[in-house]
Amino acid sequence: MIEVRDLHFTYPTGVEALRGINLTVRDGEFLAIMGQNGAGKTTLVKHFNGLLKPTAGEVVIDGVSTRDASVAQIARNVGFVFQNPDHQLFCETVEEEVAFALRNFGFKETAIKNRVDWALNLLDIKRYRETSPFMLSGGERKRVALASVLAWDPKVVILDEPTIGQDHRQKEKLRQFIVQLNAQKKTVIVVTHDVEFVAESNPQVMLMSGGEIVAEGDAREILTDQKLVAQASIVSPEITQILSGLPDLGIQKNVIDVHEATSILLDLLEVAS
Amino acid sequence: MIEGSPITVANETLAIIETRKLVYTYSGAKKAALKGVSVTIESGEIVILTGPSGCGKTTLCRCFNGLIPHFYGGKIEGEVVVAGHKVVDQTIYELARHVGLVFQNPENQLFALSVEKDVAFGLENLAVPRDEMIKRVDWALQMTGIEDLSERPPHELSGGQQQRVAIACVLAMQPDVMILDEPTSFLDPVGAQKIFEVINELNKELGITIILVEHRLDLASKYADHVVVMDEGKVVLDGEPRGVFNSEKARLIGVGVPKATRLYQILRENGTHLSGVPVTSEEASKLLLEVLKRD
Repeated sequence: MIEVRDLHFTYPTGVEALRGINLTVRDGEFLAIMGQNGAGKTTLVKHFNGLLKPTAGEVVIDGVSTRDASVAQIARNVGFVFQNPDHQLFCETVEEEVAFALRNFGFKETAIKNRVDWALNLLDIKRYRETSPFMLSGGERKRVALASVLAWDPKVVILDEPTIGQDHRQKEKLRQFIVQLNAQKKTVIVVTHDVEFVAESNPQVMLMSGGEIVAEGDAREILTDQKLVAQASIVSPEITQILSGLPDLGIQKNVIDVHEATSILLDLLEVAS
Repeated sequence: MIEGSPITVANETLAIIETRKLVYTYSGAKKAALKGVSVTIESGEIVILTGPSGCGKTTLCRCFNGLIPHFYGGKIEGEVVVAGHKVVDQTIYELARHVGLVFQNPENQLFALSVEKDVAFGLENLAVPRDEMIKRVDWALQMTGIEDLSERPPHELSGGQQQRVAIACVLAMQPDVMILDEPTSFLDPVGAQKIFEVINELNKELGITIILVEHRLDLASKYADHVVVMDEGKVVLDGEPRGVFNSEKARLIGVGVPKATRLYQILRENGTHLSGVPVTSEEASKLLLEVLKRD
């Protein structure tokens, strides 16, 4: 469980990035953090694995304050996949990259081999085992970064903008994969701008603006609230926009899923005919 | 439009870029990255170039600005003609006047200590006279709405601001064609919409041909005149957006068609026919209203 209590963070440049965040992320929760560029999303999640320490307030992970633990200790339980994979990758081959943290955590060589195989298969990058991560495309490098974190099987997985550079099919695979991770009781925290991705995944959603939390709720409730959406510089899912473009027909309009929308429309047509 | 306008239609047809049976293999690679690509980009179009990762989109764009074959080497067959010139006969630096490339991640493109210097860099390389350079830099900053940032260091700007600087750098060269590789992927949806509006204005006001390399079609589709879908080194779909998004093939390849089009398809499968194929949510709402009123 991650507990954030009145968290403030000011960068050395004087920029006040977080202004009093209170939040509890329960074990097994699937949370999407959304909001405009510069809202403080990445700054907040960097506190969850101790990369940043609070200027004031506290972040407590499973009862231990991040002030009292090293990043390495926290990382065993909280894995972080960066927005830009180039900030994370440095080994000469994909295989070494994925094995690196496992070695640091003291896994046995046979276990390392099995876990590397598992992670490379999972992210569909097995064929690049011997390739330098820097020879790969942006989307592929992102998957290498993800594989290297999943390999050590942390309890909490934080993904900063996981869908950037992924094609539609990879994105869909990633989405199913995240949902599956969550079904296995992992805590998954995603920072994303990708409204359609969130609409299809249906997590809890937290909106941030100007270093503060402006709203929390389920995806449908948050993404169909025009006022909140505008405040956080995001847009409603396409399906919500289509329904809200219709006059008042007495139908439910807080819909984010294409299949739900079609069944509402088909019902309406049936009643009319 | 200022002097030295970017539009120079080189031949009778309006094709600004044309490839014929283009086959390309990177040096050292066993398989060809492009396997016979014949595609025509007309002057003044906004084209979306999409397809799964590794399908050859980026490789094709590198052929458009001459990085292939002049920088990457490798083996090239067939023909690439840009603004009436064969790419193999041109230098990268000559081609840079015709085709500008905006990178996906502006951090990889910006390096100077001020926005103004970054935007001037390409012009310095072309030895543009000082007066003309100042004029063009100011114009590019104005067109992209970042005049007030000219003295700021690019690395201190927000992602959206950096993206505009990257576009201004290329715009200052006054190219006929701008290729933008996922220009909004790091931006929030509102920031992304603003960038697409800037791009659309450059197209409508200056007639610059735009090639958008995109996976996220939800925001970009409404601006496109033409969609090209690639898969495994080949062009598999090529036409106007409605036809392409609504084709069975687009679904099989896994093109992320707009939800408006998807809604149309699911309704049709259930026996409800809209009178046209919507690409945007506004179009979908309008078409839905027709059937709802009819009943």
